[in-house]
Amino acid sequence: MSAFILRRLLQSLFVVFVMTLLVFFGVNVIGNPVYVFASPDCNQACVNGIIRSLGLDRPVWEQYVYFMNGAVRGQLGNSFTFGVPAMQLILERLPATLELAFASLVLAILVGLPLGMWAGMRPDALSSRAIMTVSTLGFSVPTFWIGLILILFFSVHLGWLPAVGRGDTVSVLGIEVSFLTLDGLSHLIMPAFTLALFNTSLVIRLARAGMREVLYADFVKFARSKGLSPSRILFVHVLKNIMIPIVTVMGMEFGGTVAFAVVTESIFSWPGAGKMLIDAIEVLDRPLIVAYLMLVVVMFVVINLVVDILYSLLDPRIRFSGAAR
Amino acid sequence: MAPILQVRDLTTVFQTDAGPLTAVDRVSFDVGRGEILGLVGESGSGKTVTGFSLLGLVDPPGRVAGGRVLFDGRDLVGLPEPEWRRLRGRRIAMVFQDPMMTLNPVLRIDTQMVEALKAHGVADGRDAWGRSRDALGRVGIAAPEERMRAYPHQLSGGMRQRVAIAIALLHDPDLVIADEPTTALDVTIQGQILYEVQGLCRRSGTALLWITHDLAVVAGLADRIAVMYAGRIVEQGGVDDVLDRPGHHYTRGLLASVPRPGRRWARLPQIPGRIPSLGTVPSGCGFRTRCGRADAACEAEPPVVAPAPGREVRCHHPVPDEPR
Repeated sequence: MSAFILRRLLQSLFVVFVMTLLVFFGVNVIGNPVYVFASPDCNQACVNGIIRSLGLDRPVWEQYVYFMNGAVRGQLGNSFTFGVPAMQLILERLPATLELAFASLVLAILVGLPLGMWAGMRPDALSSRAIMTVSTLGFSVPTFWIGLILILFFSVHLGWLPAVGRGDTVSVLGIEVSFLTLDGLSHLIMPAFTLALFNTSLVIRLARAGMREVLYADFVKFARSKGLSPSRILFVHVLKNIMIPIVTVMGMEFGGTVAFAVVTESIFSWPGAGKMLIDAIEVLDRPLIVAYLMLVVVMFVVINLVVDILYSLLDPRIRFSGAAR
Repeated sequence: MAPILQVRDLTTVFQTDAGPLTAVDRVSFDVGRGEILGLVGESGSGKTVTGFSLLGLVDPPGRVAGGRVLFDGRDLVGLPEPEWRRLRGRRIAMVFQDPMMTLNPVLRIDTQMVEALKAHGVADGRDAWGRSRDALGRVGIAAPEERMRAYPHQLSGGMRQRVAIAIALLHDPDLVIADEPTTALDVTIQGQILYEVQGLCRRSGTALLWITHDLAVVAGLADRIAVMYAGRIVEQGGVDDVLDRPGHHYTRGLLASVPRPGRRWARLPQIPGRIPSLGTVPSGCGFRTRCGRADAACEAEPPVVAPAPGREVRCHHPVPDEPR
């Protein structure tokens, strides 16, 4: 087990290193931030001053070495616009994004799992067909459109829910969260639902496919032949088996959910890291963009590692395959 | 004493787009208390579906369409599901064909055993655990205490089948339905398991319905034998009677196609053709298209002839009774 984790850690480090190359050089070939910062009446000497102050007069490889030198110490440079460490800016906004992503993941499982299981148990029922149609829509309808329609209906037309912002927050262990106040919850529900739509559809499909497979497995029939109650068979024998792929996919989707929160956050003006990224791209704030992308990369790598470990806890066949030899 | 199980004209039908298909066709047999009945047939003869029908485990689109299953004098056909559940595992238990598939891969052995006891409310907690461990010991599993905490994938096929048998015998049921439980195992393991199951059933007075395609297994294990072909029982009787003096041409063909040491270089006789799939079974005698003795009379429903008490052959032209 520990050898497995160590090997995965080394692989992860390599992935992060390759990504620093891609991200750093990728960001350096788009646009020239100098002209964003230089005022119209700035002459060549003034422009040169800006270039020097941003460190852009050095060759790119030297900039990369400088960046990596800081990066291994956890410093990803100062934001061009705010003049404070980029990582600090992101970390300030990250809790809001994570809260949104978590809320949407919980929502996806709470809604998707029962619907998918039902559709798997009664594949021919009208209700199951309706569920599958909705899940197809959930996959295909773009997030921004759903978000706008929700705002139009619940905020503009009915006036039930606020359209923008986070609402009242409560501090839990030094982190501001919305979901513990009624006002915060009313702000959270629409963006979380918008972000959850894709994952809900995914959970529905995974749960349905799992049910179709597991329900006809011999071990389910054997469990029935023991005289077990239907609820015991469904919630212990079947559910534990269909959770294996769902946990894996949801774990991997979590990184994607955080990354895709960019669109949802923009629509609902959710003050998270995604919205800040959009603002940073508009003004070509390179350190901020690089820091955000690096954070996403590290997050993906860590999540994959955690999923592998979780997966092995759920599935004893994986847990012991290393120990058996 | 009346037999523990009396099956009368049991018919199980699968509703398909192409119309109803009869997998089990008016099957009748008895299993006495403590008796071992071998139900023999090829793949697709309906023997597994017969087993599931006796436990109410036929899944849609299949259903038991007719007949009676008298268990301890009570008809089980049409029993409501909660009543079925009280019987399953406690009074009628089942062992499945493939031990690799019958245990839930994500639950430990002890979980799967204790829940079988708790389902019928006869034991709880520590008591159930102890009983389960002892049951593992009885089916010949070494270090049962350790095996209890194992997951199925950590055990070999033979070991898993022993666990399944231990689960089936947990409640000392009146009847165990064993659906080819040794087919997937090595020959050596097969022998051990046969021997042990026979012993356990004899000791506890459990009746056993052993479903198999292997005549050698039945010869050494069963008291009586019923031969199934295309959904019907074509012949039944005492095991030595049927094997020594087969009355049905199908049984005779089956016995002739078993390789034997004395006939090494001779061509192995086969039954021509193959077992008809559901829906293509000929009218009258289902075997007539493959039978050398068939004539026009066989297009009519064959009569049941009883050459001896407890002996039944469903044929127009039974094999004359002569020692082979």
